[in-house]
Amino acid sequence: MKNFTLKALASSAVVLASLVMPAHAAGDAKHPEAMEWSFSGPFGTYDRNALRRGFQVYKEVCASCHGLSHMAYRNLSQPGGPEFSEAEVKAIAAEYLVEDGPDDYGDMFERAALPRDGFVEPYPNENAGRAANGGAYPPDLSLINKARGGGADYVYAILAGYEEAPEGMEMRAGLYYNPYMSGGKIAMPAPLLEDIVEYGDGTPATVEQMSADVVHFLEWAAEPKMEERKRIGLMVMIYLSIFAALMYISMRKIWADQH
Amino acid sequence: MSGESTYNPGNGFTKWMDSRLPIMRLAHDSFVDYPTPKNLNYWWTFGGILTFCLVTQIVTGIILAMHYTPHTSMAFNSVEHIMRDVNYGWLMRYIHANGASMFFLAVYIHMFRGMYYGSYKAPREVLWILGVLIYILMMAAGFMGYVLPWGQMSVWGATVITNLFGAIPVVGDSLVTLMWGGFSVDNPTLNRFFSLHYLIPFLIAGVVVLHIWALHVPGNNNPVGISVKGEQDTVPFHPYYTVKDGFALALFMILFSYFIFFAPNVLGHADNYIPANPLVTPAHIVPEWYLLPFYAILRAVPDKLGGVALMFGAIFVMFLLPWLDTSKVRSARYRPLFRQFFILFIIDCLILGYLGAKPAEGVYIVLARVATVYYFAHFLIILPLLGLVEKTKEVPESISASIHPTAPQAAE
Repeated sequence: MKNFTLKALASSAVVLASLVMPAHAAGDAKHPEAMEWSFSGPFGTYDRNALRRGFQVYKEVCASCHGLSHMAYRNLSQPGGPEFSEAEVKAIAAEYLVEDGPDDYGDMFERAALPRDGFVEPYPNENAGRAANGGAYPPDLSLINKARGGGADYVYAILAGYEEAPEGMEMRAGLYYNPYMSGGKIAMPAPLLEDIVEYGDGTPATVEQMSADVVHFLEWAAEPKMEERKRIGLMVMIYLSIFAALMYISMRKIWADQH
Repeated sequence: MSGESTYNPGNGFTKWMDSRLPIMRLAHDSFVDYPTPKNLNYWWTFGGILTFCLVTQIVTGIILAMHYTPHTSMAFNSVEHIMRDVNYGWLMRYIHANGASMFFLAVYIHMFRGMYYGSYKAPREVLWILGVLIYILMMAAGFMGYVLPWGQMSVWGATVITNLFGAIPVVGDSLVTLMWGGFSVDNPTLNRFFSLHYLIPFLIAGVVVLHIWALHVPGNNNPVGISVKGEQDTVPFHPYYTVKDGFALALFMILFSYFIFFAPNVLGHADNYIPANPLVTPAHIVPEWYLLPFYAILRAVPDKLGGVALMFGAIFVMFLLPWLDTSKVRSARYRPLFRQFFILFIIDCLILGYLGAKPAEGVYIVLARVATVYYFAHFLIILPLLGLVEKTKEVPESISASIHPTAPQAAE
């Protein structure tokens, strides 16, 4: 019986663990290295400074082509994120213009963005995005870390992993070599160059640093409630463990007369 | 086994009620004083766990439906709205999405337990058949639920699965058009899937009532597989099994919570966080893990109709299980040969699941064919023959004799 129990337990573990492995282990792409992120693990949290630096990289580099459609400026001040002050968020939003209306005369008008507005999109529509980028549409980044197998490690590897194309590989104009991309060809030119941003906190803006920072920011964009989730999760686990222990003790007591 | 009712209304109101609608008596006889074999092990706790799963899915599902928009242009965004802007919306959605996986994990353990201990044999055939019916409804609900977020896997999974029905001769094409509500998976499809996804759990709840009714007529099977002979073999359901089920449920909830809070997306597919795009097909279309064995069977057959027939056959063969197993002995404890084949069958199902996640090419196809043949052979050849040739061990005289052996030839 014990033997059967063990086997069945092992089987259920195998069902859960092995069957969910991503089925698209693309044979041709280089496997991204596992990185150490402060948000990994059951107690992991975001690094506020990395989030703020990452936001700067997104704002000054990525945002010229990539939208962040599921985010609003107000999210930048909410708990568990970069936690800018409300005044800072107001100032950030005010740098952008949004269309509003119609006003009392039926006309649309432009005004400075407010914290409640969504991040301003780089293009009015997908076709405009394609037209500006040689036919390739720069994907929205709100969920990019969750929408790619490999998650944060993969996005980091793409950003920091550009190389010269190997000898003999033919690169059509508008395509760039990146060994982590399935097929090795990507329509985005290496976006981060050394010192393309100047960090306010004096951190040297190396390609690796900026890649890690913006991936950190994008992880938060994809999973803005992560800190709250893990905090509640810890309390739930403690509660359930005590509950299970009490149930076990009760069970032993109730069943005592049967053994 | 349901003997005389021991319910004794304690006050004026319950007396008044009892002579009009004896619902308290029903609850008392079913869940308090219900005589239960005293030797049930932890594999028997999954019935209660499954009830918990069903209730959890219904409650979280109703809340999610308050914030979800079943329209192709808004569904994906409304799910993200739930994740970001609805208070504890992320919690509801992660419970619901991982709850589906937990539900299937529990139902698979529950089914394998029934197979191991011969719980489907007379007089529990109807109980088993109702269980298979619940399982089929669960698969329908799970599949349609996966479509609702309207991500890439949602749409392409729906396309693959609904297209299967096109293989049915004569009515196939019309049937597919009817399911789609048009000529491709589109807004009408999403709307009807949402409607059905909301309906099916209540159908399941109805069949669960029948399932419990069909359980309480013959009573529980038990690990030694012999019928209850008298009061010495049973204990009242409450408090003995309420507390044991409660303990097991607490452990199950710890596993469940691990996924909700610390790994909420590992059981899903990354592609479903990409909004649906009918013009871009994902490299590999895979269903959720709990449907993978059937997906492997489907793709193992080179002919579309044949694949569809075998896939549905793999589910429907379970309806016949009570009659395919010819052995008079219920529990695998006393069936040494069956026990080996049972383990092989579990391994076969796991292999099929693994292959369902792999691309249908090369060695995977060959392995999937072998595993498919073995799956059917288990039901159609091995089980009928085993009952005829197997030399079973001696079965104990009674349940209490198996617990307090007086003679040395006790069960393990």
